[in-house]
Amino acid sequence: MDLAAFTFDILLPALMQGLIITLQLIACSAPFGLAFGIAIAVGRQYGGGAISWLCKTFVFLIKGTPLLLLLFILYFGFPAIGITFTAFTASVVGFILCNAAYNAEYIRGALISIKDGQMIAAQALGMTRWQAIRHVVLPQALRRAIPGLSNEFIYLIKYSSLAYMITVIELSGAGKLVATKYFLYTESFAAVGIVYLVLVTITTVAVNILEKRVAIPGTTRGTTAAQL
Amino acid sequence: MNNDIVLRVEDIHKSFGDNEVLRGVSFDVRRGETKVFIGPSGTGKSTLLRCINQLTPPDRGRVWLDGEEVTNSGARINYFRQKIGMVFQNFFLFDHLTALKNVELALLKVRGMGKAEAREKALNELRQVGMEDWADHYPAELSGGQAQRVSIARALAMDPDVILFDEPTSALDPELTREVLEVMKKLAGEGMTMLVVTHEMGFACSVANEVLFMENGVVAEQGTPDQLLHDPQYTRMKDFIGRIDSRLGD
Repeated sequence: MDLAAFTFDILLPALMQGLIITLQLIACSAPFGLAFGIAIAVGRQYGGGAISWLCKTFVFLIKGTPLLLLLFILYFGFPAIGITFTAFTASVVGFILCNAAYNAEYIRGALISIKDGQMIAAQALGMTRWQAIRHVVLPQALRRAIPGLSNEFIYLIKYSSLAYMITVIELSGAGKLVATKYFLYTESFAAVGIVYLVLVTITTVAVNILEKRVAIPGTTRGTTAAQL
Repeated sequence: MNNDIVLRVEDIHKSFGDNEVLRGVSFDVRRGETKVFIGPSGTGKSTLLRCINQLTPPDRGRVWLDGEEVTNSGARINYFRQKIGMVFQNFFLFDHLTALKNVELALLKVRGMGKAEAREKALNELRQVGMEDWADHYPAELSGGQAQRVSIARALAMDPDVILFDEPTSALDPELTREVLEVMKKLAGEGMTMLVVTHEMGFACSVANEVLFMENGVVAEQGTPDQLLHDPQYTRMKDFIGRIDSRLGD
């Protein structure tokens, strides 16, 4: 079998199947990772007392342990306490927790960077603390968190390959199966790497467009270099 | 101006750690009145304003608005804050919103007004301060004077009973100061009740119904602009004004 036949008849169809699983993993994880990340950051920054402590502890635990360990616990450990996840669900749950914890730190950093005056002015108008956070502080903080959040999204694309360790045949897993069956390691893994590169490139371009679209006119981000 | 008391401030005390910033401040504000607070920096003028709308809750003392107690009002404080507008030294416009949206936001979210109505009211307030042509500009695109006028419109939009001005021109150069003071003068002329912390003596003398001189956390002297300029008993206020004038090389 020549390389072209291997590539087009065997490798690419297998990788395509794996890619679909990878995209499903990301699509199921990222939105919740962002939503929980926002909730955790706000809870830690403004929750006070027990809520703040809970958020801080959650982030500490996730940051302090390998994601792979978390996946093993969810998939192999949880059945012992009566919770059985499919491999796909266990992966998604693990990714959401991990993604949320790191997103929360990027968002918290951005929340801290918003000057107190914004909150004070909102409260002086009769807004509740929650309204001030929701309508004044968060919209500004999320803009500032975009570079960090996009970084974390790119990590998610890549650490989604850990799902393979708990039997989900995603992109990396699909590549590995083909590689070991046909003994064509370099070719298979190079192709897998290219697919990840394409995913990351698409993300980078999309984030650039997003950043420009939500930039606030008159600020550094909202002004093109030529105008400065 | 009539004799109807809109705001009553009684024996306000406030300390930050060992630093006793306010040591018993009391006064009444009648509807339509403009009171100007002057005095050296660090004598509690700004803290006093923040104690009125509870952005800084006082340690002791009470505040009433239209006969209702503002202090210890719990969640109702958000109602009172709508009725007590505030304008800050550094404007504190919402940086991510246009001038129009800055004025609209509290109308939509706090007053629960419909979109069309809020927009119309916001545009109207911007017109009041001469900023309607800048409705679609963001804070970063405005001069300091323009930004401060938008923030005045934002306070006006809530139809407040009284507006607190916390050194509204201290961050502005003389030219921009003038355009903001003109707006404030106009508001005073239209019968808006205002408490103004400022170092602008010209404004104080021409607009204030009463000038309160604060020193060491208390109102040391108070009187009409006329009294403070011509009555020999107001020695400390005169000293202070003299110091400002000599600083200016007068």
